[in-house]
Amino acid sequence: MRTLLILPAYNEEDALPGVLHELRAVVPEFDVLVVDDGSTDGTAAVARRAGVRVAPLPFNLGVGGALQTGFRYAVGHDYDRVVQFDADGQHDAHQIGTLLAALDGGADMVVGSRFAHEARTYTTGRVRSGAMRILRLSVQFLSGQRFSDTSSGFRAFSRPLVEFFADNYPVEYLGDTVEALLLACYEGHRVVEVPVHMHPRQGGTPSNRNVKLMYHYVRTLVIMVTTASLRRRQLNKAVA
Amino acid sequence: MSTKGHIFVLLVTLSSLLFILRMVRRRQLRAKYSLLWLTAGLVLVPLAASPQLLDRVSIWLGVTYGPATFFLGAITLLFLVVIHFSWELSRLEERTRLLAEELAVLKADTPEQPGAATEEVVPQH
Repeated sequence: MRTLLILPAYNEEDALPGVLHELRAVVPEFDVLVVDDGSTDGTAAVARRAGVRVAPLPFNLGVGGALQTGFRYAVGHDYDRVVQFDADGQHDAHQIGTLLAALDGGADMVVGSRFAHEARTYTTGRVRSGAMRILRLSVQFLSGQRFSDTSSGFRAFSRPLVEFFADNYPVEYLGDTVEALLLACYEGHRVVEVPVHMHPRQGGTPSNRNVKLMYHYVRTLVIMVTTASLRRRQLNKAVA
Repeated sequence: MSTKGHIFVLLVTLSSLLFILRMVRRRQLRAKYSLLWLTAGLVLVPLAASPQLLDRVSIWLGVTYGPATFFLGAITLLFLVVIHFSWELSRLEERTRLLAEELAVLKADTPEQPGAATEEVVPQH
């Protein structure tokens, strides 16, 4: 069973060394691929110095494009499972085992949730949590499943989903996490959520300001209603 | 419209048509993009050549003001052209993204060359 950790990284030279160090200490048996998403700082150099594989994108594609790059790499190199892990240090390497255990338990995709039951140590602003609630309700409506954290970037994928996402990962900026969740559901895969703890950020700046964030969330809703509602019929057919 | 105005409009339309044809011949404009523009030109030339024709078309369409017919046609054509461009642009973006991803995957497997482009972004502290 070969597992690949994909770290999409955009200008994370400050946080990345710590993250890679933690990964090597906690999960030395897994390969790490840093997808440098067109960084203008030394992200790629820092990662190479730490001795991990780097896939350098020639320009910034956003998390969706960076992830799809990782999935393509995983398919080409015959990995059985993929874990998506943040390069900014907010994810805890000790929780990777929790995600993989759920994968072994028969799930095709596992989402590490910041909000599921007791693990409520992650704080967000009011605008952000409001936007997240709207997304959550929409996802519940469209997928017929409850998810407490639709925008979590801490996920694990089984081989069939890795293959599927290598060609079909949603690339709309910031829409990717939600859309990927829906796509996996529509394709008839088992998606489960497990509670995880998060670190506070180690470096870098949060990727978005609120106004921009709102804009992207509204656009995500539009994407969901347009592309996703078409596929909902397939879901209903699969359930029936 | 006065005769002068008439000739002016006719000349402008004809020269636009010739300009598009010339660009296509020089391969500066791909034939598929020229089709819509040439269609627009071919529709406009007869209308410009004969205002009576414009009036007749207007009456047939039930439009009382001749120039309104002209604008309706122009806006419709421009609309089609813009939609076509958005479609092309989406396709190009998709292809560019795939190329970038493939390049990154290839580079991940390539041992690093001294002096490769990626080495230039060493952080300066």
